[in-house]
Amino acid sequence: MPEADNNIVRIRDLHFSRGHSKIFNGIDIDIPKGKVTAIMGPSGTGKTTLLKLIGGQLKPQKGTVHFHGENIPAMKTKKLYDVRKKMGMLFQSGALLTDMTVFDNIAFPLREHTELPEVMIRDMVLMKLQAVGLRGARDLNPSQLSGGMARRVALARAIALDPEMILYDEPFTGQDPISMGVLVELIRSMNDALELTSVIVSHDIQETLAIADKIYIISQGKIIGHGSPQEMNESDSPWINQFVHGEADGPVPFHYPSRSYKDDMLAGQIN
Amino acid sequence: MFDWFAQLGKNTIEFYARLGREVLLFIQTLLAIVPLFLRPGLILQQLYSVGVRSMLIIIVSGFFVGMVLGLQGYNTLVDFGAEESLGVIVALSLVRELGPVVTALLFAGRAGSALTAEIGLMKATEQLSGLEMMAVNPVNRILAPRLLAGIISMPLLAALFSAVGIFGGYLVGVDLLGVDEGSYWSQMQEKVDFDQDIVNGVIKSFVFGIVTTWIAVYEGYSCIPTSEGVSRATTRTVVYSALVVLGLDFLLTALMLE
Repeated sequence: MPEADNNIVRIRDLHFSRGHSKIFNGIDIDIPKGKVTAIMGPSGTGKTTLLKLIGGQLKPQKGTVHFHGENIPAMKTKKLYDVRKKMGMLFQSGALLTDMTVFDNIAFPLREHTELPEVMIRDMVLMKLQAVGLRGARDLNPSQLSGGMARRVALARAIALDPEMILYDEPFTGQDPISMGVLVELIRSMNDALELTSVIVSHDIQETLAIADKIYIISQGKIIGHGSPQEMNESDSPWINQFVHGEADGPVPFHYPSRSYKDDMLAGQIN
Repeated sequence: MFDWFAQLGKNTIEFYARLGREVLLFIQTLLAIVPLFLRPGLILQQLYSVGVRSMLIIIVSGFFVGMVLGLQGYNTLVDFGAEESLGVIVALSLVRELGPVVTALLFAGRAGSALTAEIGLMKATEQLSGLEMMAVNPVNRILAPRLLAGIISMPLLAALFSAVGIFGGYLVGVDLLGVDEGSYWSQMQEKVDFDQDIVNGVIKSFVFGIVTTWIAVYEGYSCIPTSEGVSRATTRTVVYSALVVLGLDFLLTALMLE
């Protein structure tokens, strides 16, 4: 990859299917370094799958996912685990380890991957917790946290190893307005303060448009549009319009594919 | 007709693919056990939850099984005037058969089901995925310590079961039914052979430990990550473990009696 290329992740001609259903049918995505990139689309378009492909948890049938110029699907297990140390991922559920306190959860990656003395680990964990505003919650168990707090703890854990890139899986889903505001603010400020690269997968349009630098919209296995939030808002493509303005019917149909309504209703009378 | 044939082929290929994956994962997990010895904390933690916490059910069951053996054995032997051999009957039944087999069945029900449910729920709540993304391999961190703990615990639990059972047989036979105490112990000491009986029992319990723990760990790791999937995997753990233990017991016994 040439040096001038400022993309940390470069996806080309990605094909992925599960059983008979095609999830991605040749998509190209560039994720620029230091920016917040959002990948949006209706539910069930495989946005989470895309994050798993970037993290190497799934292998595509065809296509490449380059991270710093190295193709992730072609990596050996050991190399893949090394590369993952440079990525953090925030799961929708938080994915905190339920048999440990908040403190131990954040200390976990540090204890696994570094030989740091316990005193230093304590300082680092408290700094990460301070960043997400939960230093006082260090002795709680994950079951005692609200959904929003769990996600913030998970965020603190995701930045524990100072990764270069963080992948957010639906960070705003199911959050009350206050937690939502906190998360939106945190994601943007962390990205800038820690010089991270952020990838957000979401279908919460307003929150995502507010913080993203670049947006990709996926539908039915294809990229149907990409550009800055402003470009998306002003786009005249009917696909993008439907999604951004939340219209019930349009190029993405309201009805699940079926035979015609009339035929279906009449079919019941024959028996 | 042709469809049926194609389906058979598909099922066969899938069966062997699954078997292959399972064997590869097993080898991977076994290899991951070696570096574990550098982190004894992880092993101790699992030894506690897999082994120590199974002790109560093992002790209580062993005690009752031993008492039943004492009663049944006495009632049969007394007809032949051979009740002095009660100690031998109780000890041999326990050390050779009931110790390893019943312990393995109880172990699968108590520790195996807990392991499957724990790992399955970790999968369902994305904790395993989370570990992978933190660059921690769940095979090394989750599967290997549990497998090792099971392999260490099973022979110890089986030995405990047999010891408590022999004591239970003693209580019923000697204290309750009046068998001579000296004969109970001395005949046992004379007739129970270390190589033939005790070592073979230990080998059995060791094999059962590997098998039951592996089934539990694998079912949890490969379950469908939903509540229904976890419940099915837990059931499979108990059913498969029981069947495999009983089947293997016959095989091992046949080999050992050769």
